[in-house]
Amino acid sequence: MTNPISKRNKIRVLIAKPGLDGHDRGAKVIARALRDAGFEVIYTGLHQTPEMIVQAAIQEDVHVVGLSILSGAHNALVPEVINGVRGAGLVDTLFLVGGIIPDEDFEGLKKAGSHMVFTPGTSLEEIINYIDKHAPQR
Amino acid sequence: MPKSTDKNGSYKTAQLRAEWDKRRESIEKKSPPRPIRFTTLSDMEVPLLCTPEDLEKIDFDYERELGFPGEYPYTRGVQHNMYRGKLWTMRQFAGFSSPTETNKRFKMLLEQGQTGLSTAFDMPTLMGYDCDSPKSLGEVGKCGVSVSSLEDMEELFQGIPLGDVTTSMTINGPAIVILAMYYAMAEKQGVPNAKIRGTLQNDILKEYIAQKEWLFPIAPAVKCVIDTIEYGTKNYPNWNTVSISGYHIREAGATAVQELAFTLADGMAYVEESIKRGMDVDDFAPRLSFFFDVHNDFFEEIAKFRAARRIWARMMKDRYHAKSPKSWMLRTHAQTAGVSLTAQQPVNNVVRVAIQAMAGVLGGVNSLHTNSMDETLALPTDESVLVALRTQQILAEESGIANYADPLGGSYLVEALTHKVEQEALEYIKKIDDMGGMIKAVEEGYPQAEIANSAYRFQRQLESKDKVMVGVNRYQSVEKKRTMDTLYIDRSVGVRQADKLKALKQRRNASVVTRCLEQVKTDAATGKNLMPSIIEAVKAYATLQEVCDTLRGVYGEYRGDDKY
Repeated sequence: MTNPISKRNKIRVLIAKPGLDGHDRGAKVIARALRDAGFEVIYTGLHQTPEMIVQAAIQEDVHVVGLSILSGAHNALVPEVINGVRGAGLVDTLFLVGGIIPDEDFEGLKKAGSHMVFTPGTSLEEIINYIDKHAPQR
Repeated sequence: MPKSTDKNGSYKTAQLRAEWDKRRESIEKKSPPRPIRFTTLSDMEVPLLCTPEDLEKIDFDYERELGFPGEYPYTRGVQHNMYRGKLWTMRQFAGFSSPTETNKRFKMLLEQGQTGLSTAFDMPTLMGYDCDSPKSLGEVGKCGVSVSSLEDMEELFQGIPLGDVTTSMTINGPAIVILAMYYAMAEKQGVPNAKIRGTLQNDILKEYIAQKEWLFPIAPAVKCVIDTIEYGTKNYPNWNTVSISGYHIREAGATAVQELAFTLADGMAYVEESIKRGMDVDDFAPRLSFFFDVHNDFFEEIAKFRAARRIWARMMKDRYHAKSPKSWMLRTHAQTAGVSLTAQQPVNNVVRVAIQAMAGVLGGVNSLHTNSMDETLALPTDESVLVALRTQQILAEESGIANYADPLGGSYLVEALTHKVEQEALEYIKKIDDMGGMIKAVEEGYPQAEIANSAYRFQRQLESKDKVMVGVNRYQSVEKKRTMDTLYIDRSVGVRQADKLKALKQRRNASVVTRCLEQVKTDAATGKNLMPSIIEAVKAYATLQEVCDTLRGVYGEYRGDDKY
């Protein structure tokens, strides 16, 4: 079921930068675009451990978690975040991954529970549409 | 003779130009220009044509604005015979996996004709964590080489005579510790200090601004940079102490003008802090070097390099009263724009890199890294690195452009554009001065916010197709699957490195390590220059993180903000 645009302000999106990677250009652009589109956005800031992100997701009771990773550490970090959030009972949370992710890692990330991997060149519109369509309705 | 009456000069051209404009406009009524905005990549409005009157408008004076190559104000380059004397240094940035693997890549590049080494460290190393730290999970060896101790450093440069190569090391937060390892290793190889040549990036201000790999709060972090400048100036006369870097600022989304202005402002902050330390500007300024991005917009980039040299020369001479020409010269490395590469149709990146590299050479850079076509997918393979290096060699030895010093100098367009970029950068510098200097501006988040705004605007322009990326928002292929072999770093690297570190910790003399770290702590607390005690500590095989944790204990840690 698709969320109508008027519902966007009810959707809370956590944009997070796990690991030691400092490349935050993409994360900040996405956070701002989602905010401008009407979503409620929380940005964690840099250098977050998976536990810190899980805590933020629980505290803010988010519908969507977007993880931005450009350091190559995605295979180690993404599952930790997803397991943590799901383990805390947020079972319908939508998990999105963005950054420099080689094709051969897509499947592993999906198996770990990511719903979508957005790679460089993805338009903001595509991401917004995806969230409209797939964010859980609570 | 007043210029307006010069019979061969501007009066006549101005009139002819006005007449030509009329003819052009009438033709454009029938066949109008394409319905787009004609701007640079950085969104600067640009003219169709420049004529002598454009130079007159800016009161262009050849001697004052250009002079000659190798001479003040260095607009035309810092060497008298430019690339006829010595080609630019071809320096491909490399680092991945273990020190042994990177050592192999270094040797391959040297065998293929590369003339300088450039080291990329992995994220844990950049943040001052050892490979066995929980914070390093999944990151060891991923986007650079892992170095946790002097032992790793020795493996990294094994079989490479340090007196015969120049080495660049891209590290900032823990730069003082990595530099200590390099000095210690050179001493072990028996290389005299004067033969140690290379560059430490060591530009912490741009970390807070753009790259975001920081350790301590800003003030003590800048203090560490000044320690390395002071120590290097006294002991390592041919070592470039800081590579003042615009690259990361640009990659984070800055415009060309912002890149230029913020980088020069960072440089000015280091100069001012070093003078405050009691150093003579002519003692340390000749060892400051620069590092800029070279992006897609050909003429904008060329203008940027030329403006950079002119602004810096004047700044050093007039504002900081440097007397030595070596202090006035802005020597720069450049790297093609990583952010311009596309994951879609990656072979197209070879063309982008060639255009960017050419702009760098025409802009008179002293050293160049060309990106590999596969770098938006993963770290580059041997094959793609070689194509990137060959691109430089083709420019240097086939294209003929290396025959000339500043071949575009005197072009109406290039001079007008150089002036415009220069003036806009100076406006930013003035604004930063008014804020109390760059350290204050960074503390207040000013350059960070300016860059984030530019990045967002550019993304919006891509969405509306106002700006084009071939293969991304235009001319997309139906072929969705990417077909390119990429380099894969598996997680066993982290395990092997951690095992090695554990063995080292058992082997070394623990009490010497403790004593050395105590000395580092004391020196940090009392504000002494940290270089000597850190060199002793790394010689005793204290690890990177042990030294950094000691300093964190004294200085505290920097926490970024979460504004967007």
